Amino acid sequence: MSTAANEPARSRGKAPAGERIADWADGRLGIYSLAKANMRKIFPDHWSFMLGEVCMYSFIIIILTGVYLTLFFHPSMNEVVYHGSYVPLQGQMMSEAFNSTLHISFDVRGGLLVRQIHHWAALIFLAGMFVHMMRVFFTGAFRKPREINWLFGFLLFVLGMFTGFTGYSLPDDLLSGTGVRFTEGAILSMPIVGTYISYFLFGGQFPGHDFVARFYSIHILLLPGIMLGLMVAHLILVFYHKHTQFAGPGKSNTNVVGMPLLPVYMAKAGGFFFLVFGVIAAIAAVAQINPIWAMGPYRPDQVSTGAQPDWYMGFAEGLIRFMPGWEINFWGHTLVLGVFIPLVLFGVVLGAMAVYPFIESWVTGDKSEHHILDRPRNAPTRTGLGVAWVTMYMITLVGGGNDLWATHFHLSINAVTWFVRIFFFVGPVIAFIATKRICLGLQRRDRDKVLHGRETGIIKRLPHGEFIEVHEPLSQEQLHTLTTHTQYAPAEIGPLVDENGVERKVKASEKLRVKLSSAYYGEDNQIPKPTSDEYKEITSGHGHH
Amino acid sequence: MKKLSARRRHPLAAVVVLLLALAATGGLYAAFAPASKAQADETSQSLTIKEGRKLYEVGCASCHGTGGQGSSDGPSLVGVGSAAVDFQVGTGRMPAATSQGAQAPRKKPVYTQTQIDQLAAYVASLGAGPVVPTKQQYGPAGADVAKGGELFRTNCAQCHNFTGKGGALTEGKYAPTLEGVEPKHIYEAMQTGPQNMPSFPDTTMSSQNKKDIIAYLHAVDSSETTNPGGLELGGLGPVSEGLFAWIFGLGALIAVAVWVAARTAKAKKS
Repeated sequence: MSTAANEPARSRGKAPAGERIADWADGRLGIYSLAKANMRKIFPDHWSFMLGEVCMYSFIIIILTGVYLTLFFHPSMNEVVYHGSYVPLQGQMMSEAFNSTLHISFDVRGGLLVRQIHHWAALIFLAGMFVHMMRVFFTGAFRKPREINWLFGFLLFVLGMFTGFTGYSLPDDLLSGTGVRFTEGAILSMPIVGTYISYFLFGGQFPGHDFVARFYSIHILLLPGIMLGLMVAHLILVFYHKHTQFAGPGKSNTNVVGMPLLPVYMAKAGGFFFLVFGVIAAIAAVAQINPIWAMGPYRPDQVSTGAQPDWYMGFAEGLIRFMPGWEINFWGHTLVLGVFIPLVLFGVVLGAMAVYPFIESWVTGDKSEHHILDRPRNAPTRTGLGVAWVTMYMITLVGGGNDLWATHFHLSINAVTWFVRIFFFVGPVIAFIATKRICLGLQRRDRDKVLHGRETGIIKRLPHGEFIEVHEPLSQEQLHTLTTHTQYAPAEIGPLVDENGVERKVKASEKLRVKLSSAYYGEDNQIPKPTSDEYKEITSGHGHH
Repeated sequence: MKKLSARRRHPLAAVVVLLLALAATGGLYAAFAPASKAQADETSQSLTIKEGRKLYEVGCASCHGTGGQGSSDGPSLVGVGSAAVDFQVGTGRMPAATSQGAQAPRKKPVYTQTQIDQLAAYVASLGAGPVVPTKQQYGPAGADVAKGGELFRTNCAQCHNFTGKGGALTEGKYAPTLEGVEPKHIYEAMQTGPQNMPSFPDTTMSSQNKKDIIAYLHAVDSSETTNPGGLELGGLGPVSEGLFAWIFGLGALIAVAVWVAARTAKAKKS
């Protein structure tokens, strides 16, 4: 159909197909203004800023491979007799879930590889989130305005743990069944509500006939749905806040220095997705994970040694393993502290990470926005607390694998357990003190570098015989980078009398805040950074060194 | 006489007397022992027992007592049977290097199979006990692998792991790996319950069941086992998998991230 209005356009020749498609889409979606606003979005360049990408890509890989697995998995606990191709299980009774997982592993084309990609990607996803979270923590990227995004990320980590848990429980093998039993025990240890929750979750007595189907819904629909939403929100906030950057010349709290999203970051990120997929696929092709055929079908009367959860639940295992088996009996009721305390600690250890940004901002009283990252050494108390937390986490992981430590290092499992019991408390303290000392040492070194320059390693002999090492002054850029961070002054208790001269009551929280603030920023808890006066005095002066 | 009395307080006098006494005892024993031997029947069995006894007196008696009655350093061997000897000595656990330590580890056997048979015959002669199984009992013929797997998971896996990789027990004791252990020795271990292991006599676990378990172990934990998924990572489950994911998975990805971040479109400054 041709109209008069179309004639002039045609006379100039048709626009390229791509432009016409874009025009068509713009008329309906308004993509031009969106693209104009976002295509030149700037991202700074640093390898640690790509850790989040590792998580996002492995999450996508998990979803893609997971969809393939759902095509063949039967989430049912009906008992069947195995007639598949794995000989050592032929004729055994097992649930349909286990049977179909064996079917995927041995009889579906590519099934085992996809299963292994799915599982390895899950381990890497969680490990990536852990490292990403640590990167954000140690660089102070969680500070205003990013506290909510920190919480989103934290929720993603916790939901990831439970998605992983419900996922590895699905095959209904002996290892995962033991893990589900463990979970049932943890639920039962809750006072009053425990038994009700357990009956509700398992549809009656453990194991019942329901949990695989229920975990399946949770694993493939509920949790990943929430996670996908959170991940999108997480990314939207990254876009909205813009990315943080390390301090450096030309970088300030009001700009972002880096490369535009299009074309540079699209190409980089797109390529990085395939690299992540490639690495995970290569690992899945080379290394076996969760060989359920070797573990056999779950039966509540069977158990194996070395029954540990995947690594991200390992610290829960550790908490249980090193907790003494205390219990209190009263009026015919039992409070199993040996399980209930670890359950509480599970929440406390994780929760500490979630609330940290709010604690720090309360202590500093800093309400300004931060887009420049801290170097960990410049926040010694925060860095020390972070390392203490990681130490505690790692110690519980050691506790979770205490039997393997014992067998592989020829130790007594009792000794390993006692080591973990003691170092669960002592380790973080030592780690905190050592880290803080190291940070302060590094701050002193930075100060020396700024004031006296870099040690060149060149030894010079002066006419009168003295040997000195030649120090090379730092460039202006390096000086800026080393001295640009803000140093807080410790908070002080305000005037003790109000404007009317009436004595004011100092609240306990205020006292606590002042105490904490001096622990963060007080004397000996940070090294004053060199001032420009000090710098001038030293550099202008004669008699260098 | 004067000479002798003059030297009776010599520092070495006691040693000389001791040597003389020992020689006299040994001589008397040598003089009387053949007499008792002459009364024993000269069948090959008794010859084997006799040879075993000799070996026993040299290698075992210091801990287990001269008549196998046991001592503070080692348990009594009366009634343990030839199967126990064949297992303990055949896997190198006995003679133990020391009676200290959590448990005797498996090591290279000190005795040849013939000597082990002689020792076993001697110990079996001390009192009736489990007998060394025949190849027909532990061989693969007629074994049900799947049944063996079920039995293994029910009775053995709680200490020896899903596929017999071993596991920790209390105070430094451990259930050893079953990889590379001879079927005969696995059978004997079940029969006799060495060290911390409970015993599974034929009354609780039939000979056929033991055969099934051995066949299962051969299928999942031997040099002929194939791992369809690739590297087994020790067969230890999620701990080694987690370590692998962190070190090789995340490690490789961080290396890749560093590589990608280092390649940038940044304009080079002069």
